Parts: sequence; structure tokens; C-alpha cells
Amino acid sequence: MKEKELLPHLFRTEYRKIVAVLCYLFGIEHIETAEDIVSDTFLSATELWSQKGIPDNPTGWLYTVAKNKTKNHLKHHSIFTQKLAVELKYGAADSEEIEIDLSSKSINDSQLAMIFTVCNPCISIESQIALALNLLCGFGIQEIADAFLTSKEVIYKRLNRAKEKLKAEKIKIEQPTATEIDERLDTVLTTLYLLFSEGYYSTSQNTVLRKDLCAEAMRLVYLLIENIDTNQPVVNALLSLMCFHASRFEARLNDKGEVILYEDQDTNLWNQELISKGEYFLEQASKGNYLSKYHLEAGIAYWHTQKEDTIQKWDGILQLYNRLLQIEYSPIAALNRTYALAKANGKEEAIIEAEKLALTDNHFYYSLLGNLYTGIDDIKAIQHFQTALKLAQSKTDKATIQRNIEKIML
Amino acid sequence: MDEFLLIFRRDTETKENQPSPADMQASIKPWQDWIGGIAAQNKLASSGNRLHPEGKVVRPNNVVINGPYAEIKEAIGGFIIVRAADFDEAVEMAKGCPGLKAPWHVNVEVKRVISNA
Repeated sequence: MKEKELLPHLFRTEYRKIVAVLCYLFGIEHIETAEDIVSDTFLSATELWSQKGIPDNPTGWLYTVAKNKTKNHLKHHSIFTQKLAVELKYGAADSEEIEIDLSSKSINDSQLAMIFTVCNPCISIESQIALALNLLCGFGIQEIADAFLTSKEVIYKRLNRAKEKLKAEKIKIEQPTATEIDERLDTVLTTLYLLFSEGYYSTSQNTVLRKDLCAEAMRLVYLLIENIDTNQPVVNALLSLMCFHASRFEARLNDKGEVILYEDQDTNLWNQELISKGEYFLEQASKGNYLSKYHLEAGIAYWHTQKEDTIQKWDGILQLYNRLLQIEYSPIAALNRTYALAKANGKEEAIIEAEKLALTDNHFYYSLLGNLYTGIDDIKAIQHFQTALKLAQSKTDKATIQRNIEKIML
Repeated sequence: MDEFLLIFRRDTETKENQPSPADMQASIKPWQDWIGGIAAQNKLASSGNRLHPEGKVVRPNNVVINGPYAEIKEAIGGFIIVRAADFDEAVEMAKGCPGLKAPWHVNVEVKRVISNA
């Protein structure tokens, strides 16, 4: 790897690790100090490597420099050190003796602790996601702003407010206990799920960035699976779901970053390796008695990896949606369930059920009705599609609806 | 919106009115489709529970008998709680219960839940 590519790559993979370890060491009070030290380390790398060339072990170099900078910082900020000495988990008062452990075990432990700190319901879900991207994934403010389609200022403020809140609430950065894992794992999974969705469903045209978000969400879930205490069936179910969705990433967007509908996708672009991984994690998820919404969604996503249109497939999907809706209602699940009902039980039954949904401010609702009436009552179908057209906002949605109308007119 | 309890009862005594295991298996999909349809309208307050046919009845003076009541053959087979604007809507929902069409004569009792508010 050339120097030009190496540093951004290392920044992405190593920044978050060192930050996690230092945050874990310093505590929530000194998050910025940790970030400054690591940023400074990468700045030194940029300067020195361009003059003297890349060291033999670039990662090791970064770790050593980060350790030295940390020790220097502790030496020169005696007040900080004194205050910190009490809190420091290593209990050493003399900065020279403080061991900064950048072993892979320490990194993983620190990252796990950080996941539980960041995904804390005392801050808003948007802030949790932004903070996760920043501290756990090493995303810069500009990248986060691009992902959220907002300005750097907004993200900067959001991150700062979130950090201040975590400090004010004195949220500890520590290994979660078994009880804490039980209580908080759901929140953590929700945040990681939304982080994934942010990438998968984002309206941002930046495909590379969107893939990165999905990959990062999957990496963090995998981190939970690597830890024996958090390797629970529900976590495997979530990763399975993400693998199945991600398997269609290449097929569901065209080169302009626009969505290609499921039935129009080129199945050759579906990633078989990710599908196999999804199946593996789904199998891991099937241990235990707790059936979470992620299990059901992973099951639905599994069926969608089977291209062939069979009654078995659609009834499988319908039954999973029936149960999913009993756990958690959402309009999109209700609409998808009705679509599966049409495929499994026929359009006539689905039309009756669809009209009961009455989701009259949702363009997908009218598109569904248009779809169901197509071939049964084409005039009604067109009327519904026209209502959908009025309600739809995005260009892609409008174009899709327009195509449906044209298909009937032909 | 009020909540309504839908109680499903059927005759669990008369021999010729009992569903076979195959009948039971076949009845799962219509029930799930029906309850899924209520949930899809965001009108399912509780998916309730299904109950075994056997039961006991405790009467005053420590008298315990095998339920259901000797006088009636029907036993409660399960319940769900739905959300509906009024009794009429709740009854309309109850009419969709697939058990009503089954040869083993399920009936549905609809009761309005007293809200705490």
C-alpha cells in the first residue's frame, strides 16, 4: 500500500482503537484529551513519514508514539495527572509507571466498553449514532455531516452536546456487567441497527460512504459477537439480518446511487458470500428461546435471498410479518405484510386487508393499492398510483410510480 | 380507542366436535393471518395466549372440580386484546375470527376493558 493510501487506511482502522483505549484509561471526563493525543499522533505520522519514509511497522509506530505522547501529556499536566491518578484504573500515581495497553485484548475490551458508553439512552439516538461514527468508527465530522446530509456545524454541535451530556451524567467507560448487558444490550442493538439503516436507506448519493456506514455497523455487531458475554442469539440475529441486506448492496443501487427495486435487481450481483454468512449467523441465532424482532426480520431477509417466487416463500414471509407486527407495529411492516399476503393468499383478500390499513398520508400505501388493483380494476389502480405520485417526495419514488402507471396504460 | 377483550370458547367435551391434530395444524395459518391483519392495523393491544382445554374450578369451601363448568361444555381456548373505536368495530373484528367457520364451533365473546385513565 502506498503512503497516500496507507495513512487514511490506518486512520480509519487505528484511530478508533487508540481513542477507545485512552478513553477507557482516562474516563469520560477526558474524551477530548484522548482525541487530541491520537490526532496529534497521526499528525506526527503525516509529517515524519513523508520525510523519512514509512516505518517497518506503521501500526506499532503509531502505538508507540501514542503511548509516548500520552505519558508526556500526563507529565506536563500535573493537575490532570493528580486528578486522574485517583480515577485511573491502573492506580499508578506516577505517569512514568502508567502502562498504556494497546494489545488486541485491551483494544477489544475498550471498544466494547465504549459501545456501551456511546449507546446510552441519556443522549438522543441521532447523537448516539453520530458519536458512534466519530469515536467508534473514526469518521471525521465532514463524513458524518455527509452521511446525515447536514452541515459540519450541526454535527460539531451535536457531538459536543452529546459528550457534555455523557460527562454531566458521569457515564462510566467500563466493562459492562452481565446485568448491565441484559439491561442495555437492546439499546445498543437499536443504535447499531439504525447506524446500518442510515447507510442502507440513506438518501445520500455517496455510495462509498453508505457502504462504509453499513460495514462499520456490521463490524461493531461482530465485536459484540467476539465477546463471550455479548455473543447472544439476538446479536447473531441482527448480524444475520445485516449480512442478508448487505448482500444486495451492489444490486440495489445504480451508478447514480438510485435505488433499483427488488424485482428489477440483477441477482448475479447478489453477494453469495454474505448470504452464506447470514445463514451461518441465523443458525447461531436460533439457539435459546427468545424470539426477537431481529430474528423475524432476518428470516424475512433470508427469504428475499431466494429469488424464485414460490407460495412457500411468500407464505413464509407473511407468517414472519404476522409475528413481527405482533411484537412491534410499523407502517412499513404493515404494508410489506399486505404485499406478502397478496402473493401468498391472492390479491382479492389482500385488497380488503390493505384498505383497512388506511395509511392515507403514506405514498407507499397508495402504491400498494395501485399494485393490488392492477389487473383487477385498472382504473382504480391508476387512481391510487396518481395519489401516490402526489404524496411522493423523492425523484426515484416518483419515477417508480410513473413507470407503474405507464405499465398499465400499455 | 378502547380496548376490547376477545375470548375464544369452544366445546371441548363432545367427541364429534373435536378437531384432529391435522385440523389443529391447518388452523394455525388462518389464525395467524387474522391476528396479523389486526396487528397490521396497529389495533392489536395484546396477542394474549392460547390455553389448554383442561382446567380446574375452585368454588367456595375448598371445593375443587375439573373445569370447565359441568353445566356448559365450552371452555376458554384463548384470548387477545384489540383496540377499537367502539363495540361495533370490535364486533366486526371478532367476526373475522377463523374459528367461527371451523366445524368445532368456536364462539367469540367481546368485552370492553375498563381503562384506568
